[in-house]
Amino acid sequence: MFDYETLKLIWWLLVGVLLIGFAIMDGHDMGVGTLLPILGKDDTDRRVMINSVAPHWDGNQVWFITGGGAIFAAWPFVYATAFSGMYWALLLVLFALFFRPVGFEYRSKLPNPAWRAAWDWGLFAGSAVPALVFGVAFGNLFLGVPFSLDDTMRSFYSGSFWALLNPFALLCGVVSLSLLGLQGATFLAHRTEGTLQLRAKLAVSVLAIVLLLAFSGAGVVVWRIDGYVIQSIPDVGGVINPLMKEVVRQPGAWFGNFQKLPILWSIPAISYVGALLALLAVRAGKTLIAFVGSSLACLSVILTAGVALFPFILPSSAMPKASLTAWDATSSYVTLNVMLWVALIFTPIVLAYTSWAYHVMSGKVTREFIAANDKQLY
Amino acid sequence: MIDSAVVDLSRIQFAATALYHFIFVPLTLGLSWLLVAMESVYVLTGKEIYRDMTRFWGKLFGINFALGVTTGITMEFQFGTNWAYYSHYVGDIFGAPLAIEGLMAFFLESTMVGLFFFGWQRLSKPGHLLVTTLMALGANLSAALILIANGWMQDPVGSAFNPITMRMELTDFWALVFSHAAQAKFVHTVSAGYVTGSLFVLGISSWYLLKGSNIEFARRSFRIAAAFGLAGALSVIVLGDESGYAVSESQKSKLATIEAMWETEPAPAGFNIIASINEEEQKNNWAIKIPYALGLIATRSTTETLPGIREIRAENEVRIKSGIEAVIALEAVRKEPQNAELMARFRSLEKDLGYGLLLKAYTEDVRQATPEMIRKAAHASVPPVTTLFWSFRLMVGLGLAMLALFALAFWSSARNNFQQKPWLLKWALFFIPAPWIACEAGWWVAEFGRQPWTVFGILPTHLSTSSLSVADLYGSLFGFVGFYTLLLVVEMYLMFKYARLGPAVLQPNKH
Repeated sequence: MFDYETLKLIWWLLVGVLLIGFAIMDGHDMGVGTLLPILGKDDTDRRVMINSVAPHWDGNQVWFITGGGAIFAAWPFVYATAFSGMYWALLLVLFALFFRPVGFEYRSKLPNPAWRAAWDWGLFAGSAVPALVFGVAFGNLFLGVPFSLDDTMRSFYSGSFWALLNPFALLCGVVSLSLLGLQGATFLAHRTEGTLQLRAKLAVSVLAIVLLLAFSGAGVVVWRIDGYVIQSIPDVGGVINPLMKEVVRQPGAWFGNFQKLPILWSIPAISYVGALLALLAVRAGKTLIAFVGSSLACLSVILTAGVALFPFILPSSAMPKASLTAWDATSSYVTLNVMLWVALIFTPIVLAYTSWAYHVMSGKVTREFIAANDKQLY
Repeated sequence: MIDSAVVDLSRIQFAATALYHFIFVPLTLGLSWLLVAMESVYVLTGKEIYRDMTRFWGKLFGINFALGVTTGITMEFQFGTNWAYYSHYVGDIFGAPLAIEGLMAFFLESTMVGLFFFGWQRLSKPGHLLVTTLMALGANLSAALILIANGWMQDPVGSAFNPITMRMELTDFWALVFSHAAQAKFVHTVSAGYVTGSLFVLGISSWYLLKGSNIEFARRSFRIAAAFGLAGALSVIVLGDESGYAVSESQKSKLATIEAMWETEPAPAGFNIIASINEEEQKNNWAIKIPYALGLIATRSTTETLPGIREIRAENEVRIKSGIEAVIALEAVRKEPQNAELMARFRSLEKDLGYGLLLKAYTEDVRQATPEMIRKAAHASVPPVTTLFWSFRLMVGLGLAMLALFALAFWSSARNNFQQKPWLLKWALFFIPAPWIACEAGWWVAEFGRQPWTVFGILPTHLSTSSLSVADLYGSLFGFVGFYTLLLVVEMYLMFKYARLGPAVLQPNKH
């Protein structure tokens, strides 16, 4: 149905959709987890927060799992190179995520305050650490990652974990942490009431401003650093491997796509619109609109980064020609085609039953509800 | 050359994390259907005790499920972190069922788990039953797709090597999905899960009956578990036999190893019940045999012979020599991909490429391989026999013992006299660990038995790892094992505590 080049482009978009789905869905329960020790002043407050996402966090986490699986299936080069190269960064994320399933499930199984406090910190770490590391990882994509490929396509990483934690990448970490925090805060503003809701609304204002400052700051830095440009590449609709192209580094090159196609500037603009919408709507008491605004910000921040990098996925600072791109890091035609059909059939089904689940569990979670259902709730 | 310590540590880490994961998976697979059965009775009869059964066993299900998810996260990413070359080399095929698993199965299971626990007051009775059913269906579909992925590692169908991208690529998706190895493995594995779930419920119910607490609750749970467990135990054995047949088609080395069959015997070959294995001299010092049994099980015929380990090693030595030519031909065709003559030469040797790669454990350049290296590689092309032989017997022995237990439990529940048989109740209680031991032994047979390959005949294990340091691997191995062990202790503590509390945890003093 589609030619290989179009399929490669579609899969770049689909991986983007999965990352955006992750940020919007798992993002809001990670945001709630991040805000848990900050907004939850007593055990009941914290249980209100936890139970606002309790029926959904598990399903939402599958956006992350499926994102990993989709990168494996569609971009095996990226899956292999990125996760083995940034070994300790990914392991840090995984170890932090371990706290979530057990934290949610076990926390309220015993009344002991020390037990509960320990799991609360576990839930905080399980939410805040991945939210931070994702931004740090994206930041390092803009700087280039020090890996090389040998003739058999085996990848070698020559950097260290600590080198990932450079100032620019940490600034990107602030972007992602405040972005997912904003998702959580708008969600809490919508699903809670009373003083907890007031604190959530305050968090929305703070996080929206932090997000816009950090996002703008990151944009300024990206303007000043060297980007990557493909100098020559064989037919992108053909069967190629990453070592068949030539790549050079040029200052400001990450803005190239926006300069070529100015309409793309509307994407980062939506980030500002979304964050401001969240901020204003929450003040006007329109909490659902605030959540939509925050979700728009998730969508456009990720898309901005993706479009700036395009067609690069994982630029290599150690061996620029080995950089992985949407043209040469993909699966075969057969796999991309099969997986496209799978995605077209099952994504709408997933969205349908997820919406139904939110519909069934809609409404505010209150302190009274927690007290009345002590044994049944998280 | 790749540091063999990196390979060994990567293997230990994968084995540890996978075996940990599979502590929690089989209980999820089986208990989810038992919840469906209990809740169906509730919806049909309206008897509240069945709702309470669903909720109580559901609580234990949740305690287990949390760690299943925790340990499962690692599995989705560990191919990338620790088996990067594997991921590159076969990701085009292997990645697909993993991604489909997320989209088609794990989303369903995880979304419905939330509604299962929190939807009791918000859903109608049939609505909640539907949720429970979809949750069980999701869990089982999940297993199907994972076993399709694993089935391909055992028997790599529907794929071909692409010299330009330097990897295996998918050629026939449906061959992958409907591979005989994958289908037999799927039913065998989920059935093992059904046995695990049933024995868990049977054992804990027996304990209540022995203590004389929660009698009505325990009696009903015992009955359902006995029936479901008997069906599961029969299925696990029949499909285990089918798996054996599938293995004999694709991996003759695994079959010869689990049978400690050193020499090719006249058909139909005998089955060693027990044997004293002598790896050094490639023979058994002595063995107790059932004549003809293995040949009949593995070939479904009386005339087909099964090769012994010595013969397989000799055959593989020939393939390794031809594999050297395949590696050389591949290097040539990669320099000139348009050269049809070079491509034709490579295609004619392609089937032995993996065997040539086996030599890379001994030399970077296969042209330099000495006869000694070739002999060593051929010897290592069949895994060590002893642990495989005994773990297979452990699995089968426990499987048969569990079949006997469920048959007696089912018989007694039909005659309604199991409460008068404390020996049966004690047997069920003390046998709770049995299905787990059998499951882990089964995975040992499947995975260690495939060595020295990650993908049989295609990609040697020692080439599959990431370019990591020994220090990285010690760090992550201790991290995983330490973290998981800590969580397992917490999980067991809660499991024991809630099992002791019994259904009273829902509403005190009810049953």
